[in-house]
Amino acid sequence: MKLRRDVFQAIADPTRRTIITLVAASAMTPSAIAENFDYSRQTISKHIQILTECELLEQEQKGREIYYQLNPKGMKQIADFIEPFRKMWDERFNNLETIMKKHQSNIK
Amino acid sequence: MEQKTNINALEGKQDLTIMREFDLPVELVYKAYTEAEFIAQWMGTNVLKLENRNHGSYEFETSHEGNVMFKANGTIHKLIPNQEMVRTFEMENTPIGVQLEFLNFEKVTEDKSKLTIQIIYRSEKHRAEQLKQPFAYGLNMAHNKLEEILSNQQ
Repeated sequence: MKLRRDVFQAIADPTRRTIITLVAASAMTPSAIAENFDYSRQTISKHIQILTECELLEQEQKGREIYYQLNPKGMKQIADFIEPFRKMWDERFNNLETIMKKHQSNIK
Repeated sequence: MEQKTNINALEGKQDLTIMREFDLPVELVYKAYTEAEFIAQWMGTNVLKLENRNHGSYEFETSHEGNVMFKANGTIHKLIPNQEMVRTFEMENTPIGVQLEFLNFEKVTEDKSKLTIQIIYRSEKHRAEQLKQPFAYGLNMAHNKLEEILSNQQ
């Protein structure tokens, strides 16, 4: 299995995770993104650049403005990596829930 | 649909967090983790040893058709009934190594509870081995299932 290390590096940073959450709601211009932080415009631009390079964000030109939005393909890579592990636990816990519910109705 | 089990595993870290909400009172979730009878059922494993106390130890063994598939063991470091468990866990003969687990049992309402497990690995690499494991496990299970189907047809 080949890991896209760069993608994971990108989401390791809390500021970048917040940016992802912001643009997940709607496409935003860099200045609109920057308004949500106390950091300088430059710092936020740098984060946006990293996210774009890792293909987590994509640009869209609307008139004179550039908007950033989530790149579903990049986001899917992250989910795919953890998904089998999550599923394994989800199944185990579903099992636990069923067994303990049965036990609960037996003792009532 | 909202997922009931969530995993948080950040790149560059050597830990991960598993979160799950149960439609069960917290006492029953704790019971599922501390009584051999229930562990055996939901984890599908034989409980060879389980000492539920501070500094107690435990051993699990999972078999399939008489063959031991995996063995796991660990030490319970701290136990607060219906609240907290701190233990080590090691799946034998795997590159995952020993892991340290912090289990938090939380009451949400009378019949709802939340379990949060933070697992700390020796390194980021060891954690990656753990995350890769279900791929192999899934393949194994599929293979076993196939064998069962084939042998039932004979």
